Amino acid sequence: MTMIFGVPLAVFMGQLMLGLINGAFYALLSLGLAVIFGLLKIINFAHGAQYMLGAFAALLGLQYLGLNYWLALLLVPLVVGGLGMVIERTILRRIAHLDHLYGLLLTYGLALIFEGALINFFGVSGASYPVPEALQGGLNLGFMFLPTYRGWVLVAALVICLATWFIIERTRLGAYLRAGTENPALMQAFGVNVPQLITLTYGFGVALAAFAGVLAAPLYPVSPTMGSSLLIVVFAVVVIGGMGSILGAILTGLGMGLVEGLTKVYYPEAANTVIFLVMILVLMLRPAGLFGKEA
Amino acid sequence: MSQAAEAVTEYRDLDGAEMLRVRDLHAFYGESHILHGVDFDVRRGELVTLLGRNGAGRSTTLKAIMNMVGQRTGSIVINGSETLAMRPHRIPRLGVGYCPEERGIFASLDVEENLLLPPTVRSGGMSLDEIYAMFPNLYERRRSRGTRLSGGEQQMLAMARILRTGARLLLLDEITEGLAPVINQALGEVLVKLKERGMTIVLVEQNFRFAAPLADRHFVMEHGRIIEEIPAAELSAKREHLNSLLGV
Repeated sequence: MTMIFGVPLAVFMGQLMLGLINGAFYALLSLGLAVIFGLLKIINFAHGAQYMLGAFAALLGLQYLGLNYWLALLLVPLVVGGLGMVIERTILRRIAHLDHLYGLLLTYGLALIFEGALINFFGVSGASYPVPEALQGGLNLGFMFLPTYRGWVLVAALVICLATWFIIERTRLGAYLRAGTENPALMQAFGVNVPQLITLTYGFGVALAAFAGVLAAPLYPVSPTMGSSLLIVVFAVVVIGGMGSILGAILTGLGMGLVEGLTKVYYPEAANTVIFLVMILVLMLRPAGLFGKEA
Repeated sequence: MSQAAEAVTEYRDLDGAEMLRVRDLHAFYGESHILHGVDFDVRRGELVTLLGRNGAGRSTTLKAIMNMVGQRTGSIVINGSETLAMRPHRIPRLGVGYCPEERGIFASLDVEENLLLPPTVRSGGMSLDEIYAMFPNLYERRRSRGTRLSGGEQQMLAMARILRTGARLLLLDEITEGLAPVINQALGEVLVKLKERGMTIVLVEQNFRFAAPLADRHFVMEHGRIIEEIPAAELSAKREHLNSLLGV
């Protein structure tokens, strides 16, 4: 059997694959956080809860409405993103002129409300969401066995990440977003409806989280607390990557997933802490983050 | 964006010569009261200057017209529409282009993206080719990040950007500030061309020598008011008086 540094190749590749899948979720979530932070300057603490709402909406949709996975993948981000837009319009906008810490506190409060409400009705044990029929089974890649659904998650997350990057960096709407991030007052003086742009941006960031939630539903137990534990790691990823860059958020997310996967192979005890160690190192050497712009 | 497209209406000059009429304009930043009843008007196709010492309220007057200050009272009529109650993003769509004092070039956009950024507000704006013909430097540097340009090029970019939108009333804040005389000369030539195209221009200027040959009328501001109006024809006779007002 082929060995890599004393570890069988199949085990090594398997852990790397798991790491990459986790990394795909980190990438999707930190991307949404970066997009929201860019324009709203709010650290969206509700992001984990919105990811969880995505997974829950898919589960409840299946149980009560017979909504299949593919429709959920399309509709749930729209619905949860729409909820995000309502939150922006009715609540976040009122505190936009205050210190950004208020936004952090407010979104944290919202996260607690969403979690608490769902725990009240469904408990914390969680339920499982079936892998859609078309994505059951797996592929033998020769050096490892790849469950089809995991391969799909990786592809779908990468496609959405790259599409988001393309929209922001290469289109006119993206140019509005980048310019609005720099100087919203001047954008208004050019005739751009900045408040509307802010609402749409928040909705889009939330929709990304919900999309990640639907993708995650067949992989992890769907429970009200599934987002909060993930979000802590995602914040560490954001700190490592720096808030400034869209591509940075994507690459850091994937990279940290891999780092976590590798650690699981060679020193499993540290797998849960390695990202925080990287974060400390990055903060010491490059406080603005790997891809962040130095202030 | 679809909204920007909706706002593109066939440009038609309203009857009557007035492009901008400001009456008893007061403006506030939070607690501080900056403008204390500004009155002036600008006829179609005219170039007027707002002169005055630092802090007289000239830049704030432009910002107040764009609804970029905290609070305003009085009346601002642009091309026949009262704009005091309008939201900020509606005002440019009346055909107003604003060039801020700090130029406002976006660092995350390249030159061409900066040029294409402001949505079209009226038909009849200059095409990209026409703009590059007027500002050849910008064509050469169209792929550079906006903030990599020299100060003069950034100023050209800040002006060129609002010419594409079809704006017919240009509010230009201190465009010659900190630039070399040869650049200012080029900017002066651009203003002459824009005037020939029928643009109405309000120029806030510190550099009186730059403004004097271009303008039809000069308004002198002090303590948030217009204290004197000087037509170009009376300029030479009133030169000394003006110098004492401006403290030069």
